[in-house]
Amino acid sequence: MKRDFIEVNEKIKAGKAVVMTAEEAAELVASDGVKAAAKKIDVVTTGTFGPMCSSGAVLNFGHSEPPIRMGKITLNDVECYGGLAAVDTYVGATQPSNDKGMQYGGAHVIEDLIAGKSVKLRASSYGTDCYPRKEIETQIGLEDMNQAMLFNPRNAYQNYSAATNSTERTLYTYMGTLLPNKRNVTYSTSGALSPLLKDPELRATGIGTRIFLGGAQGYVAFEGTQTVFNHHELESGGDWYGGVTLAVVGDMKRMSAQYIRAAVFEGYGCSMFVGIGIPYPVLDEDFLAQLAKPDEELFTRVFDYSVPSRSRPALRLVSYAELRSGEIELDGKRARTAPLSSLRIAREIASELKEQVQKGEFLLSEPVQYFERGKVNKPLNIK
Amino acid sequence: MQTIKASLYFPIDMTDKPFITDLVRDYGLTVNVLQAEILPGRPGKSVIDLTGSEEDLEKGLIYLSEHGISVHMFTTSIIHNADNCVDCGACVAVCTSGALQIKAPDWKLSFDPKECVRCKQCVKACPTRAINVNVFQ
Repeated sequence: MKRDFIEVNEKIKAGKAVVMTAEEAAELVASDGVKAAAKKIDVVTTGTFGPMCSSGAVLNFGHSEPPIRMGKITLNDVECYGGLAAVDTYVGATQPSNDKGMQYGGAHVIEDLIAGKSVKLRASSYGTDCYPRKEIETQIGLEDMNQAMLFNPRNAYQNYSAATNSTERTLYTYMGTLLPNKRNVTYSTSGALSPLLKDPELRATGIGTRIFLGGAQGYVAFEGTQTVFNHHELESGGDWYGGVTLAVVGDMKRMSAQYIRAAVFEGYGCSMFVGIGIPYPVLDEDFLAQLAKPDEELFTRVFDYSVPSRSRPALRLVSYAELRSGEIELDGKRARTAPLSSLRIAREIASELKEQVQKGEFLLSEPVQYFERGKVNKPLNIK
Repeated sequence: MQTIKASLYFPIDMTDKPFITDLVRDYGLTVNVLQAEILPGRPGKSVIDLTGSEEDLEKGLIYLSEHGISVHMFTTSIIHNADNCVDCGACVAVCTSGALQIKAPDWKLSFDPKECVRCKQCVKACPTRAINVNVFQ
């Protein structure tokens, strides 16, 4: 049994495609077997809604009269990049505001804009012959802008390490609040619904892949920063993958604040919950077997975040089913587990995507280019 | 009958006395110990729910304060604003009392005020600021 993108899209256009979320597909494979299920299912949808710090937006404000080449730019007192021309900027999700610090940052500006609110734009310049204006202050909303593209250089981590803390003091991290003495463990993927965990070999994900991004249709623009292909075989027979990320782009004007939410991690700073979903064609039985893997067969490692180094020791391997159970054993003691990404919204995304594909509103796209393999993740060596 | 929630602070020389038993036996109160930290040679702290008639509660509290145990009535409550909540679970990680839970089948955050010991860890831990402290009285 084999399918390709063209065939699947023909079925979608004809309204005949059988679409299931990855959780539903897992149930069908468990009951009917992968062979029978592969004959039946054409498309499997995935979803994730987690904090993804490396996110931001490219905005174009249009030209004022007289025009300005904006140098220093703030939106609601959050500094934006002024090194582009002349009314383009990039606002990064983790940028704290000048007046409220990490309680309001770039992610909040992006959420406010998507929610239909206007924000205060302030910009200054040294003034040039072609751009004489030196200062501007106005209110601006998404509808006033020419382009507003969410452009996130590193999203949708294929897999993410779970975090704990072995010290005597509480740690405030981007993995949430970690209690002393390994009393809790936090994790952040949607497991069986997680897009890249379900396409571990990236057979159907690459540059140009159409995705669900923040409620709109977006695209994979490039391999995400720090992408690396990791695959480990387990002695027990299973395996685990990790390391691939996606650079994604999409039209903010079509997004919904339901699927893009600002986040504050106390003591760390701002981040942004980004909703991403990818629909996968069931190319063959092997691919469905991957797409339908349940939490019991998906693994990550637990790291001690109190080690102030980029190479922290892994404490243990753990399945997502164990993490979902609410507690795991760490060094003979029980530790409470808690997610940081919302499974409830990940399910909504996978279901919403399923519905869009069923209705023929969302077609699958074959990658224009697959990601280059064999790269290693380079550290920054201080010379 | 009513239930009150309070923190009890025990001086060092009072941590070995069976006050909880006295409250139950002599004052007819129902005691639910939510948190307790009693270590040798140190002052102790406990968070309890006390249930009983108004009169019994008053007598019980007087008994405690007569023995040097300071009683702090809870005057705050934790408010979970479901509209702002994305059901991520970051608050559950710090809620050692188990008042906040997120689990199958729906993975929606649930909050049980009865289990809450007002440690307020969740307020800071919530990335979308969906948990607030409400001051009453």
